[in-house]
Amino acid sequence: MIGPSSIGLGHYITVSAILFVLGVFGIAINRKNVIIVLMSIELILLAVNINFVAFSAFLGDLSGQVFAMFVLTVAAAEAAIGLAILVIYFRNRGTIAVDDINVMKG
Amino acid sequence: MQRGVRTRRTPCRTAKSDFQPSVTAAFAFYLFAGIVVLSGALTILSRNPVHSVLWLILAFFNAAGLFILLGAEFLAMVLLIVYVGAVAVLFLFVVMMLDIDFAALRAGFVKALPVGVLLGVVLVSELVFVAGSTNLVVVPGKGAAVPFEQFAGMTNSQALGSVLYTKYLFIFQASGIVLLTAMVGAIVLTHRQRPGIKRQDVDKQVQRTAANAVEHVQPVSGEGVKL
Repeated sequence: MIGPSSIGLGHYITVSAILFVLGVFGIAINRKNVIIVLMSIELILLAVNINFVAFSAFLGDLSGQVFAMFVLTVAAAEAAIGLAILVIYFRNRGTIAVDDINVMKG
Repeated sequence: MQRGVRTRRTPCRTAKSDFQPSVTAAFAFYLFAGIVVLSGALTILSRNPVHSVLWLILAFFNAAGLFILLGAEFLAMVLLIVYVGAVAVLFLFVVMMLDIDFAALRAGFVKALPVGVLLGVVLVSELVFVAGSTNLVVVPGKGAAVPFEQFAGMTNSQALGSVLYTKYLFIFQASGIVLLTAMVGAIVLTHRQRPGIKRQDVDKQVQRTAANAVEHVQPVSGEGVKL
């Protein structure tokens, strides 16, 4: 039934669940490419944010939106640090293949 | 999934607007949700990482549309500014700056596909199982930490600001410290001193006076100047 009142909390949760699974799937199939893995993490965090905002709207509670903003902050910091590590790793080794990252292995 | 989650209709869904769900809103939801899911899938499946970043940007744009439908305008704009304006561009910079053989990185793609599909199927079935087995009744405003009622007549941005700078002040400051740490960390990690590059030396410039910079000579005609 596609009607005016048919868009509920379940719809938003479904979208966010699909995005979350896509993110996990992306990490699993692109294990060698760190850049795509970082993008998949961004997708997962986006799914979490959609959940936060949807529950905030349907529960009538603003704290969900406040928390979504903190998630955004941490996600931005994580992306910056992750890409910085990637850049210096590429500078030192000339590759970003995850399989080659084993310098710390005893 | 739809069966498990029940929502009681609220007369006022957002802090201010008297948003009434309509056919247009339903259409907009399906449009945004469809594009989000599609571009999310293409983000992880594209061969070219530059295309991946562009699909990710499209996903962020449409997620911002979903946020607007939910009445969170401020977060939608923050998502656009922070993600599309900063994070996605950062990704683009890194993808284009590093000279990486992406074809070699894609070698294990087919081998990893069954594991990935298995993982995805397990996760989806878990989520469907949980959603189908619980009977989640959402009662708006009940037990809310920051109920919408106290922001009557305010816009979403005003409402967010009025709690962010009062009730959540310390967490807000802490998130600022997280960003500062990330900034310092990223600079320290990627900064390097390269030899043989002429740089501005402010201290040396300030120390410079007329006495040690200008030499007054009175050359005798025909003998030239000794430098």
